[in-house]
Amino acid sequence: MKKEFREGMRDGIPIGLGYLAVSFSLGVAARSAGLTAFQGFMASLLNNASAGEYAGFTVIAANASYLEMVLMTLIANARYLLMSCALSQKFAPDASLGHRLLVGYDVTDEIFGITISRPGVLNPYYTYGAILVAAPCWACGTAMGVTAGNLLPLRVVSALSVALFGMFLAVIIPPSRKNRIVAIFVLVSFLASFAAANLPYLSRLSGGTRTIILTVLISAAAAALFPVKDEKEADD
Amino acid sequence: MTHDIYIYIGIMAAVTYVIRVLPLTLIRKQIKNRFLRSFLYYVPYVTLAVMTFPAILETTQSPLAGAAALIIGIIAAWCGAGLFPVSVICCVTVFVLELFL
Repeated sequence: MKKEFREGMRDGIPIGLGYLAVSFSLGVAARSAGLTAFQGFMASLLNNASAGEYAGFTVIAANASYLEMVLMTLIANARYLLMSCALSQKFAPDASLGHRLLVGYDVTDEIFGITISRPGVLNPYYTYGAILVAAPCWACGTAMGVTAGNLLPLRVVSALSVALFGMFLAVIIPPSRKNRIVAIFVLVSFLASFAAANLPYLSRLSGGTRTIILTVLISAAAAALFPVKDEKEADD
Repeated sequence: MTHDIYIYIGIMAAVTYVIRVLPLTLIRKQIKNRFLRSFLYYVPYVTLAVMTFPAILETTQSPLAGAAALIIGIIAAWCGAGLFPVSVICCVTVFVLELFL
């Protein structure tokens, strides 16, 4: 348990670094929507969602209705529903409600990515370790972005911003090496995502919405064409 | 009418939390349906791949530095480097390249 927690904290460091960079720019958006540093801090601490928060800040900036905030948040964060479904299968069936409620606090792309890629049953303490390092970075970065948008040199922000993507690669590439079908669908996802970002109509959708649509379509196609055979294969 | 920013934030937080926690608390058993299980198996890889590219080209000052980070990151991960090493390698790649680009 202690070892898992420490490993979680270690893996939380690159996530936290990436979070600092990303939430910093999120803070700049929060500032222009009229949030104070404390409000930006609270929004990030309670949401832990990049695209979702960004979408929310545009709702605040527009002084739109509370209902619109509900809908916008639902759409922008719908992929977390998919991730939590996947994560529910990783929990031991007898895992307590408390663990489920706590892990649910911070199901982000990154925390999800490192949690799901661990072999075997989900150990919540690993996830807690990562959350403990990453979540404060996310909230503090946002507050910093609100107070001092141009504090860090642009080049440093630019370099830090790929930390997240590096981590994504470390999650998706090793299974691609082991399993050719995963490799093919990673490649398909790259191409489809590039196409969707550049095609007319599709490119007008937000990044979050494109992510949802592509994830559902490509994963469904993969599941229909190459169903996973048994427990063992699914755990690979 | 003017809306309260704290209520906005509260709504965002509540909706986001419900989205995350409902599947975790309601789905207690192993899903038996083969299609659904396969679907959930592929979801993480597909989502992360979709979010990585082409976004990595747009996040850096120079798209070329982002592309280099992508390729070098893939090679490093392929060779077995872990989360933190791959992240650092990508950051250093961008930082060094952008000194010149």
